Amino acid sequence: MPDAADIKLRIEAAIPGARAEVEDWTGGGDHFRATVTAPAFAGLSRIEQHRLVYGVFGGEIGGPIHALSLTTISE
Amino acid sequence: MSEQQENQIREAITRAIAENEVILFMKGTPEAPACGFSARTVGALQSLGVPFAAVDVLPDPRIRQELSALSQWPTIPQLFARGELIGGCDIVTEMYETGELAEVLGARATPESPTSPTVAAGAPLQIENRL
Repeated sequence: MPDAADIKLRIEAAIPGARAEVEDWTGGGDHFRATVTAPAFAGLSRIEQHRLVYGVFGGEIGGPIHALSLTTISE
Repeated sequence: MSEQQENQIREAITRAIAENEVILFMKGTPEAPACGFSARTVGALQSLGVPFAAVDVLPDPRIRQELSALSQWPTIPQLFARGELIGGCDIVTEMYETGELAEVLGARATPESPTSPTVAAGAPLQIENRL
């Protein structure tokens, strides 16, 4: 089961220049909240920014990661 | 489950998105949301007074599967307006707070042009029209 630190590392490894703050929302290891700041978001719509982050986890979203609540910030 | 049934579900979803100006795919119903994220999204729409159609994805797991394949969006709820994916709970909440949601939905959704959630008999989706 992924934890908040694991999710942070995976986002930062997958998206160039990204910084992520991730918290386990419920303490149950399946609802996470992340704020991601990345230059890669520049010029993308909010939908596209979120897709980029969801894409890091593929089928795990909705599976082992029940929910990943996102705030994305372009820099 | 046959491929034909899945195609039917996908077609019904495509049609529902095309035929309803504002449509929310959610867990549960607007009266009884089955998930906090769906509840929050319904709350934002209701507080704007925007009429919207709602589809509960829970009765058949294939609805969610086909919807996510179509929309390229992994989570529920999903809000569409005029055929376009607006977002899930996070984006809708953010847009609600900045006033963008009212702009995107409210400015065009007039009471005179309610959505037409007429569903053919035997259609695999249960669509409800909501104010």
